[in-house]
Amino acid sequence: MLELRDVDVYYGKLYILKGISIRVKEGEIVTIIGANGAGKTTTLRTISGLVHPKSGSIHYDGRDITHESSDNIVKLGISHCPEGRQLFPYMTVKENLLLGAYLRSDVNDIRNDMEWVFSIFPILAERQKQIAGTLSGGEQEMLAIGRALMSRPKLLMLDEPSLGLAPIVVDKIFEVIKELNKSGVTILLVEQNANMALEVAHRGYVMEIGKISLQGSAVELFENEAVKKAYLGG
Amino acid sequence: MSFLSLGYVLQQIVNGFILGSIYSLVAIGFSMIFSIIGLINFSHGDILMLGAFSALAFIAALHGSIWVVFGMVGIVGFLIGIVIERVAFRPIRSAPQVTGFITSLAVSSLIENLGILLLTAQPRSFNIPDYLNKLLSFGSVSFRMIDAIIVILSTVIVITLYLYTKHTRIGMAMRATAQNIDASKLMGINVNRVIMIAFAIGSALAAIAGLMWGAKFGQISPLMGFLPGLKAFVAAVIGGIRDIRGAVLGGYVLGFSEVLFVGLLPPDMSGYRDAFVFTLLIVILLIKPEGMLGREEEVIK
Amino acid sequence: MRDRFLAGTYSVLILAVVSYTMNSMLNDYHLTVIEFLGIYVILAVSLSLTNSFTGLFSLGHPAFMAIGAYISAILTFPPMRKAIMMPALPHFLANVQLPFYLALIIGGMVAALSAFVIGFPVLRLRGHYLAVATIGFMIIVQVLITNMNSITRGPLGINGIYPYTNIWWVYIWVVVTIYTVWRVLNSKFGRAMLAIREDEIAAESLGISLTYFKLLPLVLGAFFAGVAGGLWAHLVTAITPSSFSLPLAFLLVVMLVIGGKSITGAVIGALLIGVVSELLRPLEMATQMYGLTQIVTAIGLLVILIKRPGGIAGNKELDLVALYRGLRILR
Repeated sequence: MLELRDVDVYYGKLYILKGISIRVKEGEIVTIIGANGAGKTTTLRTISGLVHPKSGSIHYDGRDITHESSDNIVKLGISHCPEGRQLFPYMTVKENLLLGAYLRSDVNDIRNDMEWVFSIFPILAERQKQIAGTLSGGEQEMLAIGRALMSRPKLLMLDEPSLGLAPIVVDKIFEVIKELNKSGVTILLVEQNANMALEVAHRGYVMEIGKISLQGSAVELFENEAVKKAYLGG
Repeated sequence: MSFLSLGYVLQQIVNGFILGSIYSLVAIGFSMIFSIIGLINFSHGDILMLGAFSALAFIAALHGSIWVVFGMVGIVGFLIGIVIERVAFRPIRSAPQVTGFITSLAVSSLIENLGILLLTAQPRSFNIPDYLNKLLSFGSVSFRMIDAIIVILSTVIVITLYLYTKHTRIGMAMRATAQNIDASKLMGINVNRVIMIAFAIGSALAAIAGLMWGAKFGQISPLMGFLPGLKAFVAAVIGGIRDIRGAVLGGYVLGFSEVLFVGLLPPDMSGYRDAFVFTLLIVILLIKPEGMLGREEEVIK
Repeated sequence: MRDRFLAGTYSVLILAVVSYTMNSMLNDYHLTVIEFLGIYVILAVSLSLTNSFTGLFSLGHPAFMAIGAYISAILTFPPMRKAIMMPALPHFLANVQLPFYLALIIGGMVAALSAFVIGFPVLRLRGHYLAVATIGFMIIVQVLITNMNSITRGPLGINGIYPYTNIWWVYIWVVVTIYTVWRVLNSKFGRAMLAIREDEIAAESLGISLTYFKLLPLVLGAFFAGVAGGLWAHLVTAITPSSFSLPLAFLLVVMLVIGGKSITGAVIGALLIGVVSELLRPLEMATQMYGLTQIVTAIGLLVILIKRPGGIAGNKELDLVALYRGLRILR
C-alpha cells in the first residue's frame, strides 16, 4: 500500500533521512521505533507532504506521491496525527474534529463519524464545547487521534501517541489502535515506547540516526538481543 | 471651557465613530494577514490609496449608485491583493521575518511612486454626488449622508466577515491556518489558497476604506495611504492583532482617541496628533503588546 | 599586526589622495555628488551596526539625522538671524555660534542621547514590533520638528545654512565612521552583537546583558547619523522636516540589503544606490517622470530579495590586509 524507496531528506544542509526504505501492506500495523532524533518524525512528515525528499520516491496505492502537496495526500486517504498533537488551540473540541473532516462534504456521515469518535473517546463528548488548549494531555491526544479519524483514512499515521501520558491513558489508546486496525484501517505507528508498540504491531522497523538499522516481524524484533538491550530495557 | 459643551463632545464622539469605522476596515486587513503569515504589510495603506483613486474613476464614469462603486472598488482591491501576494510575498514566504517587512516596504514604495509618476503628487479633490453631502442634524450633532453610509456599511461588512470566518468552511480554514499552519496542511487545507484569500479580502476592505476616506476628507493623493495604513496597524495592535474583533475594537479606540485628542485639546496642539498616536503605539507595545483582546502567548512569534 | 596597521594607513592615505585629486579636478556639481556619496556611506555604515550586525531592524535613522541636522544648523547660525527666525530658542542655543566641527559633534551627541532615551524602552521589543516602533519614533520626531515652529521654523524648515561641508569634512568622517565601526566589530562588543543577531535567547542565557549590548550599536549609529545629518544640512543648506522621513529610511535599508551584511557591503550598497539615484535624477527631471528613482530602487530591492537575499557582498569583508600583501608581492 505504502512504499518508501531510498528516501533522502535534508533540513537545509543537515542530512536527516539517509536512504530510508519502508513498506506498509494494507491492513497491517507497522511500527517504527528508535531513539529521539533518529528521524522517525521526519519520516512521517515526509510521507504526509510537509517535507519533500531530495531523492528517492514514495508510492501509495501505486501512485507516486513523492512531491505531492499535503492537501492532495490527505485527499488520497492518508491521515497524519502529528507529534505533540498540534491541535487548533483556540478552537473547541467539536471544531477541531470538524476540521479533521475538512475535505468531506457529506454532512450526515460527518455527524455520524463524530458520534463514532465520541463513542471511542467518551470524554471528548463531554468536553465538546471546550477550548482545545484547555484540555489535559491525555484528552488532547485523544482529540488529536479523533481528529485524524474524521477524514475516514485508509492509512493512519500516529506519531508518538503515548508521549507524556499516564499508563492508563496509554493502554486505552493502544486498545483503540487495535480496534481501528480490526475495522480495516492500516496503521503506521511511530513510538518511543517500544514495548507497547511491538506488542500491538505486526511488523517493525528500527531507526537509528537517519537509517533503518533493523526490520522484521514484531515478534522477531521483540526477541532480538540488540533491540531488547537498547529499547526494551534489557 | 465653554467649548466643552455636551453637544460639542457628542459631535466629537460621532466623528470618532466615523473615523473609527474606516480604521477598522483597514485594521481587519492587517490583522488577517498578520495572524496567518506573521507579516506586517506596509503596503496595506497604499491599497487604500488605490481604492480611493479607482473610486474616483468609477464615480466619474458610472454616474450610478454609490453602492455599485463600493462594490467595484472592493473587487479592484480584491484583485490587487491577489496579485501582490502572488508576485511579491509568496516567493519570500520561507524567508526570515525581516525580509517580509522589507519587501512590504518595497511594494509600498513601488505603489506610491507609480502613483506619483502616473497621477502626479498633487492632491486632487474627491467629489461625491450631491445627495451624499446632504447634512443630517440631530440636535447639536450633525453629519453627512455619506458619513452615515460609512458607518453602516462598515458595520455590515464587519458582521458579515465575522460570520464568514466563524461559520463557512473557508472561514474556518482561515482561522485554523492562523492557529497552526502545519496542522492545517494535515487537514487537507490548501494553505496557499487560504493565504491568497486572506490577502484578497484584506485588500478589498482597504480599497473600500480608501473610498470612504476620500469621501470623508474630500481630497486624495498618491501618498495618502501611508499614514492611515500605519495607524491602522496601531489600531490592530491596540485591539489585539490576532483577531477580527480586536482589529475592529482597536479601530474604534484609535478613531475616538484621535478625534478626542484633537477636539478636546487647544487648537495649537492638534498638529501633535500623529505623535500622540505613535507614542500610544510604543506604550502599548511595551505594556500590553497582545492588545486589549489578545492572549499573552500569541506575541512570542 | 603591523601589516594590518600599514594596510589601513595606506588605504586612508590613498583615499586622501583621491579626495585631493577630485577636489582639484571635478567641477562643483560632481564634487557635490561625491560628497553626497560620502554621506550615504556614513549613513549606511552607521546603520549597519544595528541592522546588519546586531540583527535589530531599525528604521529610525532619519530621525537621528534630523536631530543632528537641526542642532548643528542652529549652532552654526549667527545669533542675530536666530533671534529673528527662531524666537523661542533657549538662551544657550540662541546666543552661541560655534565652529563647524563642534556643531557636528554636538549634533551627533544629541542624536546619540535621544537614541539612548528611546532605546531603553524600545529595544525590549523584537522583530517587526521593534521596526514599527522605530518608524513610530521617526514620525514622532518629524511631528515634533514640524510643530515646534518657534524653535525649528516648522514646515518651512531652515535655509541659508552656511555651506561648510566640503570633501575633506566628508572624507574625515567617512574614515572615522568606518574605523570606529570596524574597531567595535572586532572587540568583545562586536562579538556580543553578533551573538545577539544569531540567537537572542541563546545570547541571553550566556549572560550577555541584552539591553546594554543592544543600546551600544543604536547609540553609536545614532551619533554618526547625527553627524551625517549635520554634514547634509551644511551641504544642502536648507532642511525641512520632510527631508528626513520614510523614503530616506527605506533608501538606507535598500543599501544594506543590496550591499550585504558587512561594512564592505554597506559601502558598496551606499555607493551603488547613491550613484544610481544621482544618474537617474537628471533623467527624472528631463522626462518629468518623478518617482522613477524610487521605482527602480524598489524593483531592484525586490529582485535581490528574491534572487540573492544575501546581498552583493554577503557576509564578507574586503580584506585590506590581503590586498596590501598581494600588492607588496607584486612589487
